[in-house]
Amino acid sequence: MQHTISVLVENHFGVLARVAGLFSARGFNIDSLAVGETQDSQVSRMTVIAQGDDRIVEQIMKQLNKLVDVICVEDLTGKDIIERELVLIKIGANATNRNDIMHVVNTFRAKIVDVNPESMTIEVTGSEGKIDAMLELLRPFNLREVVRTGQIAMARRNVIKSPCKAGGKAKGGRGPKPAAAKKNKKK
Amino acid sequence: MKLTGAQILIRCLEKEGVKHVFGLPGGVILPTYDVLYDSKIKLILTKHEQGATHMADGYARASGRPGVCIVTSGPAATNTVTGLATAYMDSVPVICITGQVVTSAIGSDAFQEVDIIGITRPITKHNFLIKDVRDVARTVREAFHIATTGKPGPVLIDFPVDVSRAVTDFVWPEDVFIRSYQPDAEAPGVEDRIREAAELIRSSRQPCLYVGGGAIISGAEKQVREFVKKTGIPVTTTILGLGIFPETHPSSLRMLGMHGTHYANYSVQNSDVLIAVGARFDDRVTGNVAKFAPHAKIIHIDIDPASISKTIRVDVPIVSDVKKALERLLPMVDDKRDAIQPWLKRIAEWKQKFPLKYADAGNKIHPSYVIEQIGELTDHQAIVVTGVGQHQMWTAQWYKFVKPRSMLTSGGLGTMGYGLPAAIGAQLGMPKETVICIEGDGSFQMTMTELATAAFEKVPVKVFIMDNGYYGMVRQWQQLFYKQRYSGSVIGPTNPDFMKLVGAYGILGIKVGQKKEVIPAIKKALAHKGPVIVQCKVSREENVYPMVAAGNALDQIMDMA
Repeated sequence: MQHTISVLVENHFGVLARVAGLFSARGFNIDSLAVGETQDSQVSRMTVIAQGDDRIVEQIMKQLNKLVDVICVEDLTGKDIIERELVLIKIGANATNRNDIMHVVNTFRAKIVDVNPESMTIEVTGSEGKIDAMLELLRPFNLREVVRTGQIAMARRNVIKSPCKAGGKAKGGRGPKPAAAKKNKKK
Repeated sequence: MKLTGAQILIRCLEKEGVKHVFGLPGGVILPTYDVLYDSKIKLILTKHEQGATHMADGYARASGRPGVCIVTSGPAATNTVTGLATAYMDSVPVICITGQVVTSAIGSDAFQEVDIIGITRPITKHNFLIKDVRDVARTVREAFHIATTGKPGPVLIDFPVDVSRAVTDFVWPEDVFIRSYQPDAEAPGVEDRIREAAELIRSSRQPCLYVGGGAIISGAEKQVREFVKKTGIPVTTTILGLGIFPETHPSSLRMLGMHGTHYANYSVQNSDVLIAVGARFDDRVTGNVAKFAPHAKIIHIDIDPASISKTIRVDVPIVSDVKKALERLLPMVDDKRDAIQPWLKRIAEWKQKFPLKYADAGNKIHPSYVIEQIGELTDHQAIVVTGVGQHQMWTAQWYKFVKPRSMLTSGGLGTMGYGLPAAIGAQLGMPKETVICIEGDGSFQMTMTELATAAFEKVPVKVFIMDNGYYGMVRQWQQLFYKQRYSGSVIGPTNPDFMKLVGAYGILGIKVGQKKEVIPAIKKALAHKGPVIVQCKVSREENVYPMVAAGNALDQIMDMA
């Protein structure tokens, strides 16, 4: 089944490769991946949409959690969340079909962001279901190019916080250095 | 105080308590080697970077302190890959510092440039590329912290040459804080799980303890021994767990798994409660996963949540350091000897009926005989390091380990050639101990170039080569499963004259071909002050038994010994 996995990571170079590598190492395909800074510029959030049975996903979540640069991982699948994706659609359009296309655009509360004599470009945001439905209706027209951001997701109420390292330092803020910062005990 | 990146790096190693580093120099690591020249840290010059990583690994496993290697970029960095993967699979704290081309040239296919960060990403616990000289001290500190805490593992630091030459103020970071890495944070619900475990153990009638290398890493030998002493529950170990509990003790079931004892495997398969401690249900341990311990409720104590329910579903997961969990569990368990009397009797019968054994090879030398005698003559106190293959399994079966950190072997990756360099590292880490290396003629030849290191540094390792002229484990499988078609496994005709070879390095060589020569040879080797190689021409087509063929349940045992 499809899983929506939200990963908070340190905003370091190479982190994306570490996360993506865990998926590929298990022969596990990523359907979509969206990455961006959070309210804290030192923390990024990745939203990964992937297919897999629960067992594999559980294992991947655990492995993700083991990565040193990963602050927090949560499987948002089946939770009360808001999911959105932004898509740009370029359609070959002319005077004869422009109105039909605009009808679809209005129905889905999408926006036309560019028009020229041969084509028009539509911007639409929404859940995967909405996007798929709209693309289905536009398919009979001359679809020239589709660019999707990949889904992002956010829980409606709670800030994600488990299973987290460091007792829920998931809010994205640079955690204060605890007074009892662990000494590196060796020797 | 203004120092160069290289000076800071070496200063940090000194502050971390590093006494030895393993490696060899080259282009972009020269500034670092130049500083090392004046350091009190001793450089152990190896002949190959794979040897350097295995030495650092053996050093760490034997001593419990992290092993460090410093090598250059490109081919040197790629040569560390096998050693890092070996350390990663067995959770060994190794710090590997690789040189890198100047930061401005990274990504340009410069001379001796490889993306070692990308290459080692899946085989290190973590890795770093230092791009700014101001990050050197913090990076080294974090690398040691990550390598040695939680579930330990190798950490690689890629060190560009311009960063090693750049200058900055040296500030030693006293504290390490990595917000996304909190290995000591306790998982929620551990206390409840421990109580559940105690309850299961209380109600069990056929309990069995299954202990792995995690218990040794955690330093939990006292707790494991106390647990067995208090409860009377029999204990089996994985190959990496050997020595956590004395194999000479009546409660020991010895090693389980593909080449484990009958009674260990029967005990696991017939148990009603299986207590897995610092072990990860490797396929060489479980046999057919679907048929593993079919009647057992499984308790699993492990520091790595990802090890839990990875291959075998467990009933009571306890994510915790082994030592801490056992300390909390101990007061909650009682003496079970009376309650499990019929179970103990059954196990005693299995022990009686199916002991470990090997056929008498007459005048010829059975490899098990050599290893058994080495065990006797070292009073089971030596640190034993092996290569990979038949000799490794025979060592696990016949040495009889009684103390932790005394069996160093590549259990997870199965790296042939691990033996000699790891033994050198172990000896340097534990100079007062007797270090025995048991190798096969095939495995030995993969890294025998490090004989030069043993000779030059006068590292007194005692190497016993079980020479049967085959890749023996391959031959065994071909005999059993491939109609005795020995494709690629016959190496006798390709072997060198080992005595001439070690002679060329100025190392004492002893060659034995008859059973009666074995004990005097072992005694002579043990009495010799420097390194020594004992070539044992053993009975050639012996097989390792008992054996559970791949895909079979753990109690479907082949035994023709």
